Amino acid sequence: MRHLNFSGEEILETITMVRTEQLDIRTITVGISLLDCVSDHPETLCRNVYEKVERVARDLRRVSAEISEEFGLPIINNRIAVTPVSLIAGRCRPEDLLRVAETLDRAAHAVNVDFIGGFSAHVEKGMTDIDAHLFAAIPQALAKTKRVCASVNVGSTRAGLNMDAIAAMGGIIKRAAELTAAENSIGCAKLVVFCNAVEDNPFMAGAFHGASEPECTVNVGVSGPGVVLRAIKAAGGADFGTLAAVIRRTAFKITRAGELVGRTAASRLGLPFGIVDLSLAPTPAEGDSVARILEEIGLDSVGTHGSTAALALLNDAVKKGGAMASSYVGGLSGAFIPLSEDAGMIEAAEHGFITIDKLEAMTAVCSVGLDMIAIPGETPAETIAAIIADEAAIGMINKKTTAVRLIPAAGKSVGDWVDFGGLLGRAPIVPVNTRSSQRLIARGGRIPSPLQALIN
Amino acid sequence: MPKQTKEAGTPQTGRAIITIIGSDRVGIIAGISNVLAEANVNILDISQSVIREFFTMIMMVDLAGSAISFHALSERLTRKGQELSVRVEIQREEIFKAMHRV
Repeated sequence: MRHLNFSGEEILETITMVRTEQLDIRTITVGISLLDCVSDHPETLCRNVYEKVERVARDLRRVSAEISEEFGLPIINNRIAVTPVSLIAGRCRPEDLLRVAETLDRAAHAVNVDFIGGFSAHVEKGMTDIDAHLFAAIPQALAKTKRVCASVNVGSTRAGLNMDAIAAMGGIIKRAAELTAAENSIGCAKLVVFCNAVEDNPFMAGAFHGASEPECTVNVGVSGPGVVLRAIKAAGGADFGTLAAVIRRTAFKITRAGELVGRTAASRLGLPFGIVDLSLAPTPAEGDSVARILEEIGLDSVGTHGSTAALALLNDAVKKGGAMASSYVGGLSGAFIPLSEDAGMIEAAEHGFITIDKLEAMTAVCSVGLDMIAIPGETPAETIAAIIADEAAIGMINKKTTAVRLIPAAGKSVGDWVDFGGLLGRAPIVPVNTRSSQRLIARGGRIPSPLQALIN
Repeated sequence: MPKQTKEAGTPQTGRAIITIIGSDRVGIIAGISNVLAEANVNILDISQSVIREFFTMIMMVDLAGSAISFHALSERLTRKGQELSVRVEIQREEIFKAMHRV
């Protein structure tokens, strides 16, 4: 054939990846700087924010739909990340911050995106007055808006852990759960507590447009646990070297598709292309599960002994394949292990095969952290803070991003379920250790940053 | 600030791959070719084979000169596919280049 540069096998492989293995572009996220929206008057600030978001992201949905059709590749989410609100709202009181949140919500609605991230503050070293106001406003902001996502960075390898902020977050998460009790405490699903947060993450709820980012940018998050699962199944009982190669090759193809979509979207929106986040992000759909990949590698159930090793292999191979496929890899990049958004994780949690302790261990080698885990509503704020502290310590010491997104489901206890519907999924309430961490959290102050030498 | 690119909805350039999957029968090539001719889309190449138990026909077409938008072309092909009881997909060539060529 003169013109046809691809074999039928290759063409069918791409089509099968999309049609039966749920390959998709998980998100196109437009990052927008709001630094030029600053004003003395909250009202002017809000007007500037609305106008800018609406102006920059106006065509996002249309462009995204066109690209999806032309490449035959589903694009699941279109989202917006903005400059952390704590950086643009210096003059705002807590009630003004609520209006900023509502403005972001309206702007997201106007351009028809389901989430807008950036109701955020970075407090790893300490809190400014505006940071404290933003913390205070988070529960109400999450309860009063549908689309706004909040995140806070409470620690970093360079700065250590701000234990005062971590203690405060325990109470804020509880409050957000109570204010949204009628909707399964969904407020908490829109709130992420980070250590070593990244500034170009396109995935919600932790997306924000960092201070080091350009005016506007287009970031893309790819996905495809189903494609990796099929490739591993096809490899049969191959040894780990072969398995790693199979995963690398698959991640390479997925990432190349992501890069093409990202660059095309950027050019059609007239914005610079930022990064591809080459994460394996599961959805509750059967076959679109990271847990099933780990089980295919050789576990009866995710959560049993060997889960951490299998995840380490998967995560590293995904990164290696993806890094070769794109010049600009960024964001969180790796395998996500959310509980409620992964059919295999849900099943393992239901049977008690996976516990919050094992999940914590697995986060030491995965791309993010304790994600979308529903715990009893009566869990004390200090215990939630202590879970955050543990997770942040793993991130701080291992120089990686970790995050906590817990849902202390108001009025529910072990044996109950929460159901958020859609991509957020459903989850059984899992038990947490009931012995108190109150004295640890009450100490206050900061845990110093760790040594960067003597690393054993 | 975001510049509007006009060609977004109406591709004037580029090539696409049309994949037809289903059972072999009389009139498939004729039916699909008709849709393409009406849209002034030139067929550069056709191959057919049985891949993974499916009868598969693959066409490379040139979108330059197309009289209608990608969206409209895609809809017409899908409709014709339903008439012929086969699945028809049209995708820009770039996606295959990205995934299968380094």
